[in-house]
Amino acid sequence: MFLKSTKMFNLSVVICLVFSFCAQVSAKDVNYINISDPFVKKTPVAVTQFKAFNGSAIEKSDGERAKQILVSALDFTGYLKTMNPVAFLANPAQMGIERDKINFRDWTGIGAELLITGGIKSTHSGDIMLELRLFDSFTTRLLTGNRYTGPRSQLREMVHRFCSDVSYKLTGKRGVFGSKITFVSTVNGHKEIFVCDFDGQNIEQVTSHKSISLSPSWSSNSKWLAYVTYSRGRPEIFIRNIMSKKSSVISYKGMNISPDWMPGQNSLAATLSFSGDQEIYLLTLKGEIIKRITKSWGIDVSPKFSSDGKKMAFTSKRTGTPQIHVKDIETQKVRRLTFKGMNNTSPSWSPDGKRIAYVGIEDNQINIFVINIDSGMPVQLTMDAGDNEDPCWSSDGSMLVFTSSREGRVPRVFVMNASGTDQRRLLRMSGKQNQPDWSLSQN
Amino acid sequence: MKKSVWINLVMAVLVAGLFLVVSCAKTTVVSDVPPIQDRSDMDADDAKIAADRLKAEKLREQEIRDQELSLAKTVAAKDRFGNQDVHFEYDSADLSLMAKSVLKEKAAWLQANSGVSVTVEGHCDERGTTDYNLALGERRANAAKSYLVNLGISASRLDSISFGEEKPLDASSIESAFRKNRRAHFVIK
Repeated sequence: MFLKSTKMFNLSVVICLVFSFCAQVSAKDVNYINISDPFVKKTPVAVTQFKAFNGSAIEKSDGERAKQILVSALDFTGYLKTMNPVAFLANPAQMGIERDKINFRDWTGIGAELLITGGIKSTHSGDIMLELRLFDSFTTRLLTGNRYTGPRSQLREMVHRFCSDVSYKLTGKRGVFGSKITFVSTVNGHKEIFVCDFDGQNIEQVTSHKSISLSPSWSSNSKWLAYVTYSRGRPEIFIRNIMSKKSSVISYKGMNISPDWMPGQNSLAATLSFSGDQEIYLLTLKGEIIKRITKSWGIDVSPKFSSDGKKMAFTSKRTGTPQIHVKDIETQKVRRLTFKGMNNTSPSWSPDGKRIAYVGIEDNQINIFVINIDSGMPVQLTMDAGDNEDPCWSSDGSMLVFTSSREGRVPRVFVMNASGTDQRRLLRMSGKQNQPDWSLSQN
Repeated sequence: MKKSVWINLVMAVLVAGLFLVVSCAKTTVVSDVPPIQDRSDMDADDAKIAADRLKAEKLREQEIRDQELSLAKTVAAKDRFGNQDVHFEYDSADLSLMAKSVLKEKAAWLQANSGVSVTVEGHCDERGTTDYNLALGERRANAAKSYLVNLGISASRLDSISFGEEKPLDASSIESAFRKNRRAHFVIK
């Protein structure tokens, strides 16, 4: 099951970049939306009914389904807002989905800054073909347009591939659509590791240890998961290839906890306590120590590499209280990053390396903060809404996934925009969920 | 007058006869005397044996009671060893005076029960992140373990493990629950 759904990245999807001139415009030229702007206004986008090329009932229902997938995916982003079709003055599904068939005044008139038209066709081999276009309705330019072909079972992946193209055109980044989130859930009684799509769909259980399993972490190619489990009696790190089911165990005397992968490499950092003190080490997939990274008495946990792998943030109690520190891997220099508050833990780098999200406890309130690496200025993102922990950035830096106990004092997985807006629950599942980790996007 | 003589005579004869009868009876009974005396000796022995037996039984009962008592005491001491946790302050693995006195009692018990090996579990309250609490829990378990080792308990009898915030005694999110949950717990292997 898990295997099947991750295979989607091999889709035989994109046949061609059909609509010539859009390919010539580089992303930089049309960087419509700056997703790192905390005051970004949501751009209204009209998504029209899909045209069924052969007109069959099954085409129409698939088209409707594709449209729904498209609308939810676009709304999931923090910068687009799909419009209510009740306001639409035209129906391109009947009049034509190509640029020259569209009267753009119909769309600018209702405030649609962007327009997406779609068509669907069942092919002879039983596959389906989607033809999707994104227009700037004010300039009437075609921003991106592609055909996507694949089996009906992969309709969702095909639509998400278009969303990545849309995202790339608008923000210069491919977005979160090909990414997955791993997390811990007690839905079946024990803490087990789960995986779902970026939007909380397609939840799958990865482990069945019937023990305590914790702290899942994606490798940067999304092929490996490392996690902590007590399944053999004490905390050890299990490493698992989610495609081949290959696995290995990091098991030193004492505890083996808080794994984080070195970007672009098959090595990972983790806290080991075999020396009698908790220190962070760099390890191979087989658990061989490459080097010891921290050298300081006291708690050193939660290593998190910057996306270029040059720096490592971590939680250390070396100054008396738990605080976020940053180590330059090359120069070995360590500096303390957080100074406000007595308890700051659980760092996560923004993909551009400029900011770190973390958990701060003040007056028994547990909240998520983001601190600028250079200025050291923290900004509080959650407030008066239960305990908030485990922040992790999306690969495009536009969002954060986190844990919050705001609904019934039970920890659940939430997402928010990087500026702290649009905080909402990601998935509905019974039991407790926490420790989400967001993979890099694979399309 | 004659009549009263007769009566006296008869009385005399009767009395004499009575004597005779009594003396006769006496002679017949004499031969049985020694067995009666024997029996009375036996009764005395029996009583002594019975008394001894009773005493022994009482002693045994006392012993059983003592054993039961000491067993109960042992069980109680064992239960106490297993149930009495060492508590910690928030975000701390330092041993308070109270914690040290509990550990001294544990050391005494471990010394009296030299065949026993123990796992020291370190636990935390729910505040603070999962990874940090795993680390903090390990430091709590190790602090308790080191103290016992310094009191002369062999390290080979003591194992330690951290459960961080994964196994709270009281799952409610209030200060009194947090206090209960910040603990080193002792499990006899």
